[in-house]
Amino acid sequence: MAGYLLRRLVQSVLILLGVTLVTFFLLYVLPADPVRQIAGRSATAETVESIRRQLGLDQPFWVQYGRYLWNLLHLDLGRSYLQRSNVSELIWARLPPTLLLMAGAIVCELILGLTMGIVAALRRGTATDNGLMIASFVGVSAPQFVVGLLMLYLFGVRLHWLPISGYGTFAHLVLPSLTLGILGAGWYSRMMRSSMVEVMRQDFIRTARAKGLARRRVILRHALPNAILPIIAMIGIDIGIFMGGIVVVESVFGWPGIGQLAWQAIQRVDIPIIMGVTLVSAVAIVLGNLLADLVTPLIDPRIRLR
Amino acid sequence: MKRLLASTALMVALAAPALAQDQDTYTPDPNATPGGSITITYKDDVATLDPAIGYDWQNWSMIKSLFDGLMDYVPGTTDLRPGLAESYEISEDGLTYTFHLRPGVKFHNGREMTAEDVVYSLSRVTNPATQSPGAGFFGMIEGFDAMMDGSATTLSGVTAVDPQTVQIKLSRPDATFLHVMALNFASVVPREAVEAAGEDFGRQPVGTGAFRLAEWTLGQRLVFEKNPDYWREGVPYLDQITFEVGQEPVVALLRLQNGEIDVPGDGIPPAKFQEVMNDPAQAEHVVQGGQLQTGYITMNVTQPPFDNVDVRRAVNMAINKDRIVQIINGRAIPANQPLPPSMPGYTEGQEGYAYDPEGAKALLAQAGFADGIDTELYVMNTDPNPRIAQAIQQDLAAVGINASIQSLAQANVIEAGGAGTAPMIWSGGMAWIADFPDPANFYYPILGCAGAVEGGWNWSKYCNEELDAMATQADSISDPARSEERLKLWSDVYAKVMEDAVWAPVFNEERYTMKSARMGGDDSLYVDPVSIPVNYDYVYVTE
Repeated sequence: MAGYLLRRLVQSVLILLGVTLVTFFLLYVLPADPVRQIAGRSATAETVESIRRQLGLDQPFWVQYGRYLWNLLHLDLGRSYLQRSNVSELIWARLPPTLLLMAGAIVCELILGLTMGIVAALRRGTATDNGLMIASFVGVSAPQFVVGLLMLYLFGVRLHWLPISGYGTFAHLVLPSLTLGILGAGWYSRMMRSSMVEVMRQDFIRTARAKGLARRRVILRHALPNAILPIIAMIGIDIGIFMGGIVVVESVFGWPGIGQLAWQAIQRVDIPIIMGVTLVSAVAIVLGNLLADLVTPLIDPRIRLR
Repeated sequence: MKRLLASTALMVALAAPALAQDQDTYTPDPNATPGGSITITYKDDVATLDPAIGYDWQNWSMIKSLFDGLMDYVPGTTDLRPGLAESYEISEDGLTYTFHLRPGVKFHNGREMTAEDVVYSLSRVTNPATQSPGAGFFGMIEGFDAMMDGSATTLSGVTAVDPQTVQIKLSRPDATFLHVMALNFASVVPREAVEAAGEDFGRQPVGTGAFRLAEWTLGQRLVFEKNPDYWREGVPYLDQITFEVGQEPVVALLRLQNGEIDVPGDGIPPAKFQEVMNDPAQAEHVVQGGQLQTGYITMNVTQPPFDNVDVRRAVNMAINKDRIVQIINGRAIPANQPLPPSMPGYTEGQEGYAYDPEGAKALLAQAGFADGIDTELYVMNTDPNPRIAQAIQQDLAAVGINASIQSLAQANVIEAGGAGTAPMIWSGGMAWIADFPDPANFYYPILGCAGAVEGGWNWSKYCNEELDAMATQADSISDPARSEERLKLWSDVYAKVMEDAVWAPVFNEERYTMKSARMGGDDSLYVDPVSIPVNYDYVYVTE
């Protein structure tokens, strides 16, 4: 187990290194000069060159990349070209809202997805099953931008049940979490349905039924714990999917997380922020996958890590 | 009206030698009630509130309310008025300006502002280590070159005669100098606060302005509170302004309709514009005004086929400007020259190039391009610019010019323009908005030889030394009695630019600011030429 963990951690570091190299290279070859952006439109050629020297952007690629890695080792993500603040500070300030939103989305997708999946499995072949599976299909395929705006319009503008946008209270959390969670809920309901259908066919369920246990007890005590296993491992992988979703959802709902920061930075080609957010997302995805792999044997002793 | 105001501004700029005095005749709104707070929304984070660095339209007006410079503008107009300087004198030769500071002006940290602070601030903004995008504006001050090459750390032309008097020596007479002193870049900052905050002064700003920063929660909101010690009597009216960031314009509009916010800082989203304007209940809260802006197509005059003036003229004749104005819901007026109508030096009655596709075809044939031309049109990739580019593409195709559209992020278009690799650029989204209301500001960086260098903003790469000489001659006229002569010279410069058809000017955008029903104050404060979206110091709430 310890050997496995060590190997995975080394792998993770290599992956992250690869991510920094690829991102740094792409941003390096991008035909946009950050110095021109900083210097502004009335700058003289001397000003531009002076800024380029001060930022070390006159150095060759490998020197710049090496310096970036060196700073990274010291937990320094650099300074934003346009916001003129430390990138780590900007990301740190936006991390709590993003984590909160992700937690909200996980709760939403679990409650919605599992309920839908279980009900569909138990009513297999009926109109309820078909209806729920169509709903899950819509959930998976509807663009989050559209879902977000529709919910915002319905619950915020028309019904006045929830705030339109912003951050701070539980009410603010509901719509963005739901929007972000609906995609996962669609997946989960489908997985849960097939997993549940599979488990319900197993011998031990038939045995339990034959023993005369109540249907309710069979489902909750025997079927569910077995059917839910593959879903739990999915949550770790979900973090990667969320990282894409938050960019859209946070922008629609004015949620002050790192997705919004990323979107603004991309639009304005603020390279240090793009690098920082990419790195943080990569870390989240790598950790999520690692967690998923570590959790699986704990809940299913048949799986061993080597 | 606008034209009249703008000319007055110039008269002030060219104020009588040795006799310039306080021209501030502005009377604040007698119905204004103090107190209350408002909420403004923005899509993007606020970049920095350091006046030496902030240079986007979002932080420009915020910085204006936190800081002051020696000069200022009459609210809602382009007229200069004294700011931290109570009065000033200009020497006979137009080379020495003596500013007398207002006594008793305090920084937000409680310390009294003195002449030394002015010297420090102007040295700071011109010091290359500050990386100020506005340093270039101060080129007329003595000692500027020594600052740029690093041989000096204090701008030698600026001296503190006594604690209340600053003298600024110019290396050449420059009619735009007082406007430069009204730019945010010339704001007076306290040395101790700048040094204490270091690189983070933009996040911990300390100025003399009507408001001070009370809270900045990164990515969420900024709160400005009234400066109780503000040196201008009776203002600001508002106790507090909250800027909420990260709000999509469409969502901001919904929140405005819901009564949650007062001004959507990014304006009315293009997709919602007609809906708002066709609804009388909403349209009555929209204020319309002019902007010192021109949208234009640049043509790279150093490369074929645009090195041929007939081709450039043909492009001008091929563009159906009225149709393009329709594409943006009529939020602009067609342009026929580089300067916008509210800018001094604008030539009334100039016809420019009329829409004439047949004439354009004939010109192209005459220039030897009867078989057509293949070229590229660069455009910034945010709405409505790609749609405008498509209209331009169609108009050009109708006369035989096949322009393929390169739709890119703003930074990439600016890069291609600066490098001179873009044959044609539609300027929308990056278009020139004047830094100050003077015709000179539309020439040097975007049409003069200084901007035609690698990386410069003169994307046509047009360099006409004769015109540069005319421009310099115009700006050396600092005698107010000759201001008409100066404007005539500028008018001639732009007429020649049009004769050479360096650009195809397309339209001048109008500004539309939407506000909540409870916002009070004259309409001009909501389309203030120097404070976008509104002049925070003078607006108020009625409930």
